[in-house]
Amino acid sequence: MVRLYKKHIPLKNHNNIFLGLIFLLMTVPTQIAHSQQQRFPKPEFQTEYQIPETERPNPRAPFMEYLDLFLLLAVLSLTTWLVLKKRSRKWILWVSVFSLLYFGFYRNGCICSVGSLQNLTLSLFNEGYSVSFTVLAFFVVPLLFALAVGRVFCASACPLGIIQDLVIVKPIKLSPWLQKSLGLFPFIYLGLAVLYAATGTDFIICRFDPFVGIFRMGAEFHMIVLGISFLLIGMFVARPYCRFVCPYGALLKICSLNSKYHLSITPKDCINCKLCKDSCPFDAIDFPTDEKENRASRKDFWKFVFYAALIPVLMFVGGWAVSGSYKLLSSAHPDVYLANLLVSQPELMQNTENLDIETFMSSGKTLEILVEEAKIIQEKFRFGGWFLGAFIGLVIALHLLNQVIFRKRSIYEANRGDCFSCGRCMDYCPVGKPEHPFFKDKPEMVVKS
Amino acid sequence: MSKLQSRRQFISGCARYSLGLTIAGVIGFSLTNASSQQWLWQIDPFKCTNCGRCATHCVLNPSAVKCVHAYALCGYCDLCGGYLKPGHIARNTAAENQLCPTAAIERKLIEEPYYEYHINEELCIGCAKCVEGCSSFGNGSLHLQIRQNICVNCNECAIARVCPSDAIKRIPADEPYLIKGGFEHGQTL
Repeated sequence: MVRLYKKHIPLKNHNNIFLGLIFLLMTVPTQIAHSQQQRFPKPEFQTEYQIPETERPNPRAPFMEYLDLFLLLAVLSLTTWLVLKKRSRKWILWVSVFSLLYFGFYRNGCICSVGSLQNLTLSLFNEGYSVSFTVLAFFVVPLLFALAVGRVFCASACPLGIIQDLVIVKPIKLSPWLQKSLGLFPFIYLGLAVLYAATGTDFIICRFDPFVGIFRMGAEFHMIVLGISFLLIGMFVARPYCRFVCPYGALLKICSLNSKYHLSITPKDCINCKLCKDSCPFDAIDFPTDEKENRASRKDFWKFVFYAALIPVLMFVGGWAVSGSYKLLSSAHPDVYLANLLVSQPELMQNTENLDIETFMSSGKTLEILVEEAKIIQEKFRFGGWFLGAFIGLVIALHLLNQVIFRKRSIYEANRGDCFSCGRCMDYCPVGKPEHPFFKDKPEMVVKS
Repeated sequence: MSKLQSRRQFISGCARYSLGLTIAGVIGFSLTNASSQQWLWQIDPFKCTNCGRCATHCVLNPSAVKCVHAYALCGYCDLCGGYLKPGHIARNTAAENQLCPTAAIERKLIEEPYYEYHINEELCIGCAKCVEGCSSFGNGSLHLQIRQNICVNCNECAIARVCPSDAIKRIPADEPYLIKGGFEHGQTL
C-alpha cells in the first residue's frame, strides 16, 4: 500500500494536488523563506540507478593569492631598479603593460591595493570581519615602497593608473590653482571611504571603480560610461582618476612626499637646460623659484599665522558640519534606508512590488527592531562624522597653509607628492648623453657621467 | 644652502619615521584580526528567498550564481514544480512547458515514474525561477549556489549588497559550499 501511494500520488492525483498547491501559493505570501521539506519521499529505484553527487567545483587554489603578492613585490622591486638605476622609461612601460594584463585583465582588477584599504578599515572596526594576510600585504607594501622610493606602485603596478597612462594623447597643462583644488578631492574621498567601510555600509571605492568594468568586459551601464569618460578625458588631462579621485593615491602621496629616495630627472647635476620643462603630462615637475617674486615678506608671515590659526577652526567647523549631516550620510546604509522609507510612508508596508519591503515583512522582524538598528548605525555616522569632518578641515587648512610656505628651489625636479615615477622626464634630460640633440652644437657642455 | 638642505632633510626624515611607525602600527593592530585564510562568498540556501536578484546583480553576465541540484533530496517526480511551468499544456520536454527561461534543466527518465533533473550550468543564469517552483511545490532540492570556479571573488559582492534576505556571506575558503543535503542528514544539512 505504501509503495502504491508513493508511486501513484504523483501520477494520478497530480492535477488536483497541483491546483491545490497553486491555490495555496496564491493565498500565502509568496516570499516566505522556503526551507527543505519532505513533501515527496525519496524514490526507491528498481534499476541500478545511483543518485549522483552534487558537483562542487573548486575555487582558485589558495597559493595563487601568494603568487599575486609575489608578482606585486617583483614588479615594485623591478620598477624601483628601473627608476633609480637603469633610468629607462621604455622598460617601465613594458613592466606596466605586464601589470595591466595580469592584475587588470587576468585578475579582473581584484585583488587591488586601492580597494584593500576598505577591507582593512572594516576589519579594524568590526571584530567579525578579518582580512587575509595577502590583502594586508597588498595594502601595506606599496605604501612602504612609496616611503622608500616614491610612487613606483602608480608607475607600473596599479592597473587603474596604467590603463590611463596608456591613453594619454595630448596632455594639457592645468592651472596650478585648479590642480591644487581638484587635488583635495582624493582626501575627502578617502575619508568617506573609511567612514563607509568602518560603519559596514558599503565599499564605495570598489562600487565606483570606473575601470573594473573594462577589465571584466562588462558592468552596469553607468559604470562603463564613467570608465570610458575617464579614458576620454584622460587623453587630454593625463591620469584624471589618479590625480583627482584616487583615495589610495592620497595615502601614497603623503608617504612619497617624505620618501628616502626618489626619481630624479637628471642623473647628475641639473644644468637648467629646461628641456624637461614640458615633459611631464601630470604637471609634476617643480620649476626653480623666482627669487624676486617669492621672497617672504612680513605680509606672508601674518598670512601664515592666520592660516595656522585656521586649522583648529576648520577642523571644528568641518566636524560639526559633517556630523550634523549624519542622516544624509547614513541613508546609504540599506537598513537605514529601509527604516526611513517605512517610517515616512507606512502604507508601503503592504507594497508587494518592492522586494526589500516584502522580504522584510515576511522575515518576522518588527519595524521597531529595524528602527532601533538603524538608529545605532546613525549614531555611528554621527560619531564618525566628527572625525571625517575634522580630517577634511585639516586637509583644507594644511592646503591653504602650504600656499604661503615659500620653498627655495634652484633646479628642475620632480614633485615628490605628485610624481608617479613614470620616467618620461628622464628621457628628456641631456645630461650624460653626449649624443643628445641638445649637445650637437655645444660639445663643450657635455657632462661626463 | 647646506644648512637649509639639512634642515629639510631632518624634517623629512622625522616625517618618514613617523609615517613608518604609523604603518607598522596599522600592521600590528590589523594582525590581531588577520588570518591566513582566503575568503569567498557563499549563499546560504536556507536563507535565500529566490528573489531573482542573483541573475541581475552579479558583475558577471551570466551570473556566477547557478542553480544546483541536491539529488539526494529530490523526489524525482514526473510532475516537477521546478521544471514545468504552472499551467503547462503537457508534461513533456517541450519548450512551452518549461519553467526555465533558458531551458537549462535537462530531464531524463530513470525508470517509470522517476525522472532525473540535471542543471546545465552553461545555460543557467541563476534566476531562481525553478528554485521558487521546487521550494513551493517540491522538496526544495533545487537551490542556488555561487559557483566558486566562476566567481571573480569581488572585494564586495554586488549581489550581497542587494540581497534582501542577507543570504550571501563572506566565508573562509575551506568550506566553499553549503549544499543542501539528503533526508538522512536531517533538515539542516
